[in-house]
Amino acid sequence: MCQVDEEYNGQLEHRVTPRVSKKCVKCKENTAVLIIRAGDAFCRGCFKEYFIHKFRAMLGKNRVIFPGEKVLLAVSGGPASSSMLSQVQEGLSRDAPKKLRFVPGIIYIDEGGASGQSMEERERAVAQLESVFRATNYHYHIVHLEQVLSLPSSVLEAGSSATEKPQTGSSYKAAVDQFIQTKKNQHPDFSVENAQSHLSSLSMQKVENGVTSPITPEHTQALQRLFASVRTLTAKEDLLYTLRQHLILHTARTQGYTKVMMGDSCSRLAIKLLSNISLGRGASLATDTGFSDPRYGDVVIVRPMRDYSSKEIAYYNRMFDIPSVFIPGLDTKAQDKASIQHLTESFVTKLQTDFPSTVSTIYRTSEKLHTACPPQNTNTQPFAKCLLCVCALDTKLEEFSAYQATLISEQLSQRRGPGPGFTRGTEAAPGLPPVSSASQGQCCSSGGGQHQGCMTGEGGCCSSAKEPETVDLKSLLCYSCRLTIKDMTAEDALPQYILSEAERRKRRSQMREEISEFLLDEEEDEAIPRVNGSL
Amino acid sequence: MAAPIAIHLEFGGGAELLFGSVKEHHVTLPNQSEPWDMKQLLVWIRGNMLKERPELFVQGDTVRPGILVLINDADWELMGELEYELQDKDNVVFISTLHGG
Repeated sequence: MCQVDEEYNGQLEHRVTPRVSKKCVKCKENTAVLIIRAGDAFCRGCFKEYFIHKFRAMLGKNRVIFPGEKVLLAVSGGPASSSMLSQVQEGLSRDAPKKLRFVPGIIYIDEGGASGQSMEERERAVAQLESVFRATNYHYHIVHLEQVLSLPSSVLEAGSSATEKPQTGSSYKAAVDQFIQTKKNQHPDFSVENAQSHLSSLSMQKVENGVTSPITPEHTQALQRLFASVRTLTAKEDLLYTLRQHLILHTARTQGYTKVMMGDSCSRLAIKLLSNISLGRGASLATDTGFSDPRYGDVVIVRPMRDYSSKEIAYYNRMFDIPSVFIPGLDTKAQDKASIQHLTESFVTKLQTDFPSTVSTIYRTSEKLHTACPPQNTNTQPFAKCLLCVCALDTKLEEFSAYQATLISEQLSQRRGPGPGFTRGTEAAPGLPPVSSASQGQCCSSGGGQHQGCMTGEGGCCSSAKEPETVDLKSLLCYSCRLTIKDMTAEDALPQYILSEAERRKRRSQMREEISEFLLDEEEDEAIPRVNGSL
Repeated sequence: MAAPIAIHLEFGGGAELLFGSVKEHHVTLPNQSEPWDMKQLLVWIRGNMLKERPELFVQGDTVRPGILVLINDADWELMGELEYELQDKDNVVFISTLHGG
């Protein structure tokens, strides 16, 4: 059943429609032009209504965007995010009482430095996108990926949520009613105010829009060095995703946006779900693929396009002339098996052609995953979060966890040969239990993965008393981020903010250990960071 | 008996990369006895237009999964997919949905 070239002659027979044109299933009058899902044929007008309605229903069902809020739209130029941009425009422009009410801004991240594009190509793409953005009259920010090298380390801290509003329907409705009231009261001056705010926003546009700082070739080279030090495409894509998220988060925080809208479509999220499981991110599936992602605290990531399949989006863009720019990425024209993400994508798309309900089944499964409520005290220790992806650390060393088992099997299968780091001279037999390996030097403890870090890092690390950076990073990361870092040959190529934040957390945990006996015996969750810090 | 047919081809969503980054092509399919259908068109495209990596566009008899085909702005599933017979001045669009957004 799952073979590549299997013939389904019997079934295909009845899928091929005869020359008689089908009628739209909704209005039953016009000729259908598109089939979505498993067999519903829609005509052009009904499809447009359906498409627009879905977007607003998605926002209305999950009442997370309050009126007047500043929302940052993350547009990559691709079809889904361009479609999202047009839906936002559509939703904000209506005069109906149910129109969307928030203040949008746009961010575009130019990743050409990482995917090896030339400056001219990047500038061309940016120019094309800028013309699209200008037509929308919203603030826009063009950020180059190189700017990730100069981010402050505060970006890795989860902020506290700005408002403690309980997310009940009544408070949302109250907020909306209040908003409408204030608008009505201002009505006589409304047009003047509107014009004024429009003018001020236009003038601000000159300052805020465009490139915030020019990019020097050194920056691009540093970025390329970072990506060149990552061996596998899987890890590169993962790292790129993480850095992109950090940049978007930083921009949102500095410009005062409280929500970020990402353009992940249903198909893309289904692929992401499966590839995340393969990457070891199973613990954070709900936040990675759910509608709202609260992991950053003060900025919430929202995915309003998660109900649209890529076919619907592509068709809508074509039919209603939504401009989108194709920008080649890291995995363009890559082989099928080049990375886990790419392989999952081809698997799901192939399965989808023969079994059209694949993507929606995966999507429905992901809908059933719910984010656990964040703990009430919002100054949860930062040790409890992964350094890179800011999701909860899942590597607490319980006695008999699956994670422990992977560590042990890793040690058992590593061959410990002599090398520059192993000045003790003893050749460790592969079957050594972790306890005695600790005697060979601090940086060789816990996990054979350190093995490579010691070899390629500073030469005399084992003999020096100072603990090398490699240990710090790994203990602060969740399982899948560890795998990504493990694939890097030169961890010092990581941007400064990551390394300095890692150092800070390490110092903090050391300090906490030192004063642990003086700390009052509190609730249990004090014990948890100590376990993590002592790794 | 079929006269040479003029077809307007468009490529989008990244598929144009395989065709020298040119999105629009006007082609004339040569004379042949049976009418041209989509299956033959694909074979013709593969032989005459694809500059590189044919497996990224065509898979076996049909297009690669993930490529949306529109014939005169209608889903090709409604027109018979591979069995559809091409008429003169038809507009066929291939959109790759594989690069997300």
